[in-house]
Amino acid sequence: MVRLADLPEWDRKIKIEKLKELDGFDGRPWVRPPPLAECRIAVVTTAGLHRKGDRPFGQSATDYRIIPGGTRAAELVMSHQSVNFDRSGFHEDHNVVFPIDRLNELAASGAIGSVAAYHYSFMGATQIRQLEPKAVELAALLKADSVDAVLLTPI
Amino acid sequence: MGALAHYLEAAGVATTQISLIREHTEAINPPRALWVPFILGRPLGVPNDAAFQQRVLLAALRLLEAPSGPVLADYPEDAPPVSSDDEAGQACPVSFASQVAESGVRGAIAREVEALAGWYDLAVQRRGRTSVGLASVSMADAAERLVAFTESSELAAIDGLSRSETLKVLIEDLRAFYYEAASAKPGAPDAESIQRWFWFDTAGGRLMLKVEEICARHEDASLKRLAATSIVPRAVSRAVRA
Repeated sequence: MVRLADLPEWDRKIKIEKLKELDGFDGRPWVRPPPLAECRIAVVTTAGLHRKGDRPFGQSATDYRIIPGGTRAAELVMSHQSVNFDRSGFHEDHNVVFPIDRLNELAASGAIGSVAAYHYSFMGATQIRQLEPKAVELAALLKADSVDAVLLTPI
Repeated sequence: MGALAHYLEAAGVATTQISLIREHTEAINPPRALWVPFILGRPLGVPNDAAFQQRVLLAALRLLEAPSGPVLADYPEDAPPVSSDDEAGQACPVSFASQVAESGVRGAIAREVEALAGWYDLAVQRRGRTSVGLASVSMADAAERLVAFTESSELAAIDGLSRSETLKVLIEDLRAFYYEAASAKPGAPDAESIQRWFWFDTAGGRLMLKVEEICARHEDASLKRLAATSIVPRAVSRAVRA
């Protein structure tokens, strides 16, 4: 989006306030994945997406929902707690948030190795350090699915 | 979201991410990130433009080939402006401004829902999907429950959800119904004009403002929290109060 400098003063203040909880990640983990053409890739989004019928995200939820790779677009809904972002793009085309069709096309063309069997969705509106237990749990699930790399998409 | 990248990478899974707020990503410094100049809510930039989305996606994935990091790259291509001749209040083929003034909220909402149903159906047919459906009730029922809440401050929970969760899914569904109906207008109104139309020109928007007001002073703390982030966008709240 625009830089913070381009936002109205009140909005900039809110986003600058958020900066306070973002620093302090001193570790610099770095995993070297295989070449892209061999990579098996999963999407992890913080857009609060899930399938119709799944439990909606509660306030400050740190858990995730599973989105099987074959999930039809018609089954995807969003229950993110924040209303401070555009939803009309997602209404129009889920790929603008969760680019599963694009990823499948890249796999078909050989640009990436393959697409994971399962993808995952969090709701990003929480104290970020509270996400660690579920992230660790997720890493094990991703490895079990032979995932080499994750694409994280925000909202 | 950059925190997830740190945690996943520390656990042995490589990550790359799209970033919408560059300063936040700079602060959290994840292993690989592609900052994109798109609005919040559209990390891939442009709906229904597979080629555009593909370029963004590939740019993010190619960061996985970086020999070392952290890497924070800037995506160079802006989303093309939407060609729209919308004026305020004309994002949707149905204009309600006068009706809202002439009748109570209950009647106005019921008429809006009825008038929008055809446009909503068109949008669903075109897209083959809808994001309405968090609550398993009809749109007329969802609207009625919200109106009743503004009258009594009481709300019967549905589907085993809590009161605040029930309110949230009803709100999401009603707003999505209006937004999707508005999108059916020929010429595809942009995100901003749909938002402006809903919040300033419909009884549905007015109802949401009332729901927020009641939640903000409700004795139930979970409803107070809902009012803080989950009902009315901050930009709209500020404009309404101005």
